Amino acid sequence: MTVPVREKDDYRPSARRIARERLRRSRTRRSVVIAAVSTVVTAVVLYLVITRSPGWPRTRETFFDWHYAKVALPQVLKGLWLNVRLLVCCGALVLVLGLLLALARTLRGPVFFPLRLLATAYVDFFRGLPLIICLLGTVFGVPALRLQGVPNDPVVLGGVALVLTYSAYVAEVFRAGIETVHPSQRAAARSLGLTGAQAMRYVILPQAVRRVVPPLLNDLVSLQKDTGLVSIAGAVDAVYAAQIITAQSFNYTPYVVAGLVFVALTIPMTRLTDWVSARMNRRQSQGGTV
Amino acid sequence: MTEPVLRLEQVRKTYGGALVLRGVDLDVAPHTVTALIGASGSGKSTLLRCANLLEEIDDGAIFLDGAEITDPRADPDAVRRRIGVVFQAYNLFPHMTVLDNVTLAPRRVHGVPRAEAQERAREILDRLGLAGRAADYPDRLSGGQQQRVAIARAVAVRPRLLLLDEITAALDPELVGEVLSVVRDLKDDGMTMVIATHEMGFAREVADQVCFLDEGVVHERGTAAEVFGAPREERTRRFLRRIVEAGRL
Ligand SMILES: Nc1ncnc2c1ncn2[C@@H]1O[C@H](COP(=O)(O)OP(=O)(O)O)[C@@H](O)[C@H]1O
Ligand SMILES: [Mg+2]
Repeated sequence: MTVPVREKDDYRPSARRIARERLRRSRTRRSVVIAAVSTVVTAVVLYLVITRSPGWPRTRETFFDWHYAKVALPQVLKGLWLNVRLLVCCGALVLVLGLLLALARTLRGPVFFPLRLLATAYVDFFRGLPLIICLLGTVFGVPALRLQGVPNDPVVLGGVALVLTYSAYVAEVFRAGIETVHPSQRAAARSLGLTGAQAMRYVILPQAVRRVVPPLLNDLVSLQKDTGLVSIAGAVDAVYAAQIITAQSFNYTPYVVAGLVFVALTIPMTRLTDWVSARMNRRQSQGGTV
Repeated sequence: MTEPVLRLEQVRKTYGGALVLRGVDLDVAPHTVTALIGASGSGKSTLLRCANLLEEIDDGAIFLDGAEITDPRADPDAVRRRIGVVFQAYNLFPHMTVLDNVTLAPRRVHGVPRAEAQERAREILDRLGLAGRAADYPDRLSGGQQQRVAIARAVAVRPRLLLLDEITAALDPELVGEVLSVVRDLKDDGMTMVIATHEMGFAREVADQVCFLDEGVVHERGTAAEVFGAPREERTRRFLRRIVEAGRL
């Protein structure tokens, strides 16, 4: 590649350019000031409204008690370890199952009709079924069957419910990605002699996956929160740990602690999403020309 | 007479109700260049897509080296392995470097080891004037460079037959020349090609055989001198007159 020769010239910014930039700077300054002032005003108003409200002293005691926060934090963090493990295991399973479901739905030809139908029915069902009902079904319904060799562990059953629901969401994300890859890419791959499966593997999927990384990470963030729902099955995760302390003390501060811990866990994930999207936009090599 | 590389017999193709090819006959001899000319919508692309089995024909038959490829028992992947295609819109794989674009089919379809495939790809890229571009992604290249990569990708598997579909139609005028000169070199190497084109001057220069397609029928077929110099059919004359008026010949 040739490097453009940098020519030396005696360029000096014209008066016009200097004036233009000064105007831009002063405008930026003004908007920063406006934004800062309005933020502070909003915060002060909120603070005053809340702290002057008649119920505030009592609310502060029940929800923001420093003593209970310190008691709850270690227990909540211990429980959170279960949420993290659930996230990792379920996340991996969700991605694999979701991809398989999406691929099953793209298969052409009458031979694959039953498979396609099955995948479509699965996605339609579990995408529509409220997660909480799916969870209650697996956690309390499956053990009731008393099947040999089927685990009764609420963590495993709760995980199964999460995987069932989220793989349906993720399958749709993958499928949308596959459909955005222009058919001419497939034609080009096939005309090189690649089989349908090879065209999918080497040409279509890599492009499709790149495009859906942001929505996928979004679903994983959502899954991370929803691991807290296994507490209803009695698994001692962060939420359940908080619940135990609350039940003993009638103080709700542990719930606030658990909530904040989840938020703190989600933030790195959200930043990662932003970073990945930004990086992919910069590396503009995903094209899309016909 | 030697056996034609490609032979079309009474090929008929409809899209929904629209009749696009209504009984096309065509013979392409080894190491010759056939130019398909005709107005937009006359069925040139469809003909090439049928020859590569990207479309299923309604009736008639297509033969590659004497074997019928439209036989339902024929393996379409095996057929496509022997036919290279270059599209008007390049259709490069945007997520792969130039080198990976060119080595994909040799490695995955023909089982050539990576190092060997890359060496050969570099040779081809070199010859096509793309030596420094192997590591670039397609969107960093100009249209002419992208189209040359597409040609490199198609010839990397040493196809028996190369189909080129208006490969300069999407290019800025000053980039057309570099792509056409690559095609000229391929002809000198003895590559058998079918070229759908609007570049009449080029068709006249490189084509051993020119076919004028109109409304899904080959109306006139002959050497470049015959078709351009002394067209027999009134339709051909009218088409060529329009081309001349548009300043393309
Ligand atoms: N996939 C398709 N579905 C329906 N009609 C098509 C399709 N492809 C091409 N056609 C029609 O077939 C005719 C011939 O098209 P084409 O082969 O692209 O012509 P050319 O390449 O000579 O311009 C046109 O009328 C076009 O509208
Ligand atoms: Mg065309």
